[in-house]
Amino acid sequence: MKFPYNEKVLEHFRNPRNVGSIENSDGKSTEGSPACGDMVSVYIKVDKGTKKIEDIKFESYGCASNIATGSIITELAKGKTLEEAKKIDWKEASDALGGLPKIKTHCSVLAVDGLRAAIANYEEKHGLIKERVPTTKEIVLKRLRHVMNPLAGLDLVRTNLIDNVKVENGTIDVSVSLPEDHQFATNIREEILEKLENLWDVDKVVVRFTV
Amino acid sequence: MEKETIYFDNAASSRMDERVLEAMKPYFFDVYTVATSEFGYSLGIEAREALDNARTKILSSLGSPKGKLIFTSGSTESSNIAIKGVVRKLSGKKRKHIIVSRIEDFPVLNSAKSLEREGFKVTYLGVDKYGFVDPDELKDSINEETILVSVQHANQEIGTIQDIKAIAEICKKNSVVFHSDATHSFGRVPLDLRELDVDLLTASAHTIHGPKGIGALYVKEGVPLAKWIDGGFQEFDFRAGVENIPGAVGFTKTIELITEEENERIKDMRDNLIEKIQREIPDTTLNGHPKKRIPQNANITFHYVEGESITLHLDMKGFAVSTGSACFSKSLEASHVILGIGGDHERAHGSVRFTFGRFNKKDDVDKMVEALGEIVLKLREISPLKGEKAR
Repeated sequence: MKFPYNEKVLEHFRNPRNVGSIENSDGKSTEGSPACGDMVSVYIKVDKGTKKIEDIKFESYGCASNIATGSIITELAKGKTLEEAKKIDWKEASDALGGLPKIKTHCSVLAVDGLRAAIANYEEKHGLIKERVPTTKEIVLKRLRHVMNPLAGLDLVRTNLIDNVKVENGTIDVSVSLPEDHQFATNIREEILEKLENLWDVDKVVVRFTV
Repeated sequence: MEKETIYFDNAASSRMDERVLEAMKPYFFDVYTVATSEFGYSLGIEAREALDNARTKILSSLGSPKGKLIFTSGSTESSNIAIKGVVRKLSGKKRKHIIVSRIEDFPVLNSAKSLEREGFKVTYLGVDKYGFVDPDELKDSINEETILVSVQHANQEIGTIQDIKAIAEICKKNSVVFHSDATHSFGRVPLDLRELDVDLLTASAHTIHGPKGIGALYVKEGVPLAKWIDGGFQEFDFRAGVENIPGAVGFTKTIELITEEENERIKDMRDNLIEKIQREIPDTTLNGHPKKRIPQNANITFHYVEGESITLHLDMKGFAVSTGSACFSKSLEASHVILGIGGDHERAHGSVRFTFGRFNKKDDVDKMVEALGEIVLKLREISPLKGEKAR
């Protein structure tokens, strides 16, 4: 029989490790959305002294490569310090799985983003952000690269849906080239807010639809 | 292959019936010539007769309407010829508009889009929650610029059967050409073109256990159609190229082998599948109309889970189905049909299409539902959505 993934990916897909949620987790995140077709939640429990990830769990609403990547990153991250775990990237996860199809990059990147976001969530919650870098347009755009355009399955920046970004006195103003009454306007607005509202120096996020 | 696949993707393509191959064989090995004119040599005349007989038989399966049957390479080509051929013949400064439904299959939809890029105006008719086009909306969309309307007979994904009789009448009243893609109803649903006033109709053989690479386009007498392929005058001088005589003969045999009993049997298995899934698996939605659908099709969304994960798990257990999930599609786009009937992305991503055929057995359904139950449960256990909805 011929399957679209290698044996290792299939094995993680069949028997994903560390599945579920952690009650009273120290850090958690949800990346993606049902609209983009993949969604992953990551929960971490961190040892306060050693800053090591003691426990990690994930949940996935997604395709095989999303599930398999979610599984492998929990294995890779468990026992690592937060600083070490931050360095796990898509390539490392993909290599650990023996390679993933290119077309599935998006689905598996999401799981890696989930881990990083859970760590960031921990750091934000515990005041561990060392350098408080002022939010700039570049930082906003970087975050918007993680908001998917449901029309294309790719992010808003790459699909040229971001018209303009202004950062001024704690307010971020994002213009999206879609009509206000567009099918996905609500969904996109929520996702943008989710990604930007937690920035330390931001009080207000305004999302405008400009078409 | 280690074990036999339980195949529920007949709408994609199907296993050919051996009897079709037997019928085709002589036209590869004995009567292997081209179809010559009536003044050709004996073998060529025999080939010509076989081709003409095939045409007549297929037309008679459509109620012997007055018109031509053009053989093509498949339904994709048939729909391309129909839409672009009519437009090419009839377009003018004041005639630049065509109408298609939003849930057409890609041959029609992308032919329309390609004409749009050339400067034609296209109306994409919306559909209701079952996939039905609203005849009044169609009426309102037709104007003096309109050349052609293309609305499918049955939907490729959710199986909804349109009231093409009503649509044909509206088109006739307004002197607009009407094309219907009947790829997914042909052979499975009675089609009498003397009753349905369709100008052009697309059909093919490979989803009903016939050969791949042969399709047909019915063209009613007097319907203007531009030449499609230049060359040696074959297919009434519309589509040149050596005729696919084994394919045409195979197409005819394909139709002969379909019986009413078979369609009933397929419908029973399909109904049984829907009923069992609805009884045994919670949180599902049947996509399409409960009754007005082709007998071989079921399309069900399993909420909170993603379709590619379902199909891959099923594949590992020896079942073949397809899904409307973006992750499964070549364009990474969610099913335009499920979105078209007002479904959201989650409903499209979790949708699974089951299409039955001659070689499905009664107990395939039980095996399928058992496997599905386990898989959906397993995937829901790891899904973050389930909890969210429950809250």
